[in-house]
Amino acid sequence: MNRLGVKRSMLARIVPGMASLTKRGLAGWLVILGAAIVASIIIMTLVSPWISPYDPSTKGINVGKPLTPPNSQFPFGTNDLGQDMLSRVISGGGIMLQVALLSVVICLLVGVPLGLFSSYIGGVFDRTICLVMDSVYAFPGLILAIAIAAMLGRGVTNMALSIAAVYVPSYFRVIRSQVLSIKEMPYIEAAQSIGAKSRTILFNYILPNVVPSIVVVATVNFADAILTAAGLTFIGLGVEVDIPDWGWDLTNGRRLLPSGVWWVITFPGIFIILLALGFTLMGEGLSELLNPKLGE
Amino acid sequence: MTLRSYIISRILLTIPMIFILLTIVFVIVRVLPGDPVLLHFEKMENPQAIEQMRVKLGLNKPIWVQYFDYLSGLLRGDLGKSMQDFSSVSEQIFSAFPATLELAIFSMIIAVSIGIFLGVEASKSYNKPKDHAIRVFGIVTYAIPVFFLGMVYQIIFGVTLRWLPVGGRTYPTMEPVGLKIPLTQPPGAFAAHLLLSCIAGLVPATLGFILLKMKSKKITRKILGFLILIFSATWILLAGLGWHYISMGELRIATGLYTVDSLLEGNLYKFAEALRYLFLPSLTLGLVLSGVFVRLTRSNMFETLRLDFVTAAKARGLKETTVIYGYAFRNAFLPILTMMGLQFAALLAGAILTETTFSWPGLGRYIVDRINFRDYTAIQGAVVFFGILVSLVSLVVDLLYAYLDPRIRL
Repeated sequence: MNRLGVKRSMLARIVPGMASLTKRGLAGWLVILGAAIVASIIIMTLVSPWISPYDPSTKGINVGKPLTPPNSQFPFGTNDLGQDMLSRVISGGGIMLQVALLSVVICLLVGVPLGLFSSYIGGVFDRTICLVMDSVYAFPGLILAIAIAAMLGRGVTNMALSIAAVYVPSYFRVIRSQVLSIKEMPYIEAAQSIGAKSRTILFNYILPNVVPSIVVVATVNFADAILTAAGLTFIGLGVEVDIPDWGWDLTNGRRLLPSGVWWVITFPGIFIILLALGFTLMGEGLSELLNPKLGE
Repeated sequence: MTLRSYIISRILLTIPMIFILLTIVFVIVRVLPGDPVLLHFEKMENPQAIEQMRVKLGLNKPIWVQYFDYLSGLLRGDLGKSMQDFSSVSEQIFSAFPATLELAIFSMIIAVSIGIFLGVEASKSYNKPKDHAIRVFGIVTYAIPVFFLGMVYQIIFGVTLRWLPVGGRTYPTMEPVGLKIPLTQPPGAFAAHLLLSCIAGLVPATLGFILLKMKSKKITRKILGFLILIFSATWILLAGLGWHYISMGELRIATGLYTVDSLLEGNLYKFAEALRYLFLPSLTLGLVLSGVFVRLTRSNMFETLRLDFVTAAKARGLKETTVIYGYAFRNAFLPILTMMGLQFAALLAGAILTETTFSWPGLGRYIVDRINFRDYTAIQGAVVFFGILVSLVSLVVDLLYAYLDPRIRL
């Protein structure tokens, strides 16, 4: 019964918002636009094996003359290995999406419970965790991620872990500040006075009210995770390459720049921007819709 | 809380923060699975060489002793030895740092100028097409990977138009040497060195102190005084660390910032060259960071422009520029100052990628090179250095904020 109540109250905040997005003015359209961009990139990546004209992996080497500028056969040109750039762009989002999704999930699994418990329990425990989180938060994110990624080695999971480690404090801070203000509300006091268990209060009465902020933070964080993943790849800590990846194409294209090869970096770069932009737009719109107070 | 007790508590709070940060980095590099020495060698080396390296770097000791060595080394400014050639990581970092600092300073100036200008323009025409366009600019800059923007500039301005250099800091022959002072009496050189660097540091310090103590309420003057004080403190510190050289009977004062050194040298051509090389990297980084400032200035200025004193100023018939920059902007400036401190971390992170793109010989490139050499002790040293730097900068910004805004002390 209780659990049902929670589900309804969580959905009650999100679903009608989705249905009436078009009626919510600019913010609603931002969410729709962002979601459309993200969804089309995800779909493009998922169906890429069937729609890319050539094999984008190492099997597709020398399908054309290396470094052919864009023409009718290769609309995005070819790279120095003679791979078709259009095929690589179509299927190149996979790694970045995986890394970003995994890191956001890890952040949610670690940051949300930590923020809930820490602020609810309070005292020395809370202060210690806060100090640790603040230290990490103050650190330049990419640099910490570099240190962790360098030690963990390559791979999607390791990249996701190093990115997640950097962004957990953002989740923690938002949730903690929200819980602290919700904790003081009369309805929590009422629940405590009729003898509700701490667990019930935390998960059934407090968590549903924090969900909107979590959604906003996670959406914005998606964009950060994608850019950090691209950055890690760029400095040589990315995934070992056989799988096409926009980040790797950018890294590879940097060497070719001085000879005037612009097409190898331009198209993957534009798609990274589009993906990050999609999430940023969604985050921007959602924060205005779900948290009018945070918006301005 | 008085200003003094705020300053003391803020400084005391920085110490555990730095300590935790150092511990985190230590745990990442030494304690977590993944032995740095084994990682360095991959698999082809014989066990003897591996053991030798452990002994040389002190990595054969128990983990607690290593931790103690690491912390006590840091107190002496020792960031450990490089795995590549066993040279001092601190020295390498200090020689690479000026390049990063110069890039950071110019990028910050560009980011703040673009941010303030566009933010003010947006707030003037709130919710009109111009405002929306500027908002879009802010969102798009947030989504651009800084190294991609850098490469686009390289193609356009470097490769195609050939207006600006694609990478590097300057020609090898054009490196400025700073101010050279011939010393007629070599034995007195050291005394002269100390005296000169102290004078060089104390003169601006006095100026800064006077500016701070002046009875004027002008916020710009106070900021200027504070900045000058910080600058001179840094100068004296650098002097102590050997940023001035004595060799062959001459004293050399060099900051490692090419724009400053070329001016000290009095060579305007070198100065222009330094600026030419600096232009694309700092524009790249500045533009990417400017989005945050646009957003902040816009919302703050919008709030301020609605206040009564702005209406009063307008009613008195003052020019619009005077009202906006002379009256309203001064009130919206404090959050921007805080943001400058907060963005410093993002600036350094962006600098790593920008430096890699433009082959800029700073700390970012140092880290990337070390990653390629699998030199984990050097990576650890550089990360620690960045961490301490960011903590200190945020300390300075908080103190400056407390000084300028009395409300924070309450």
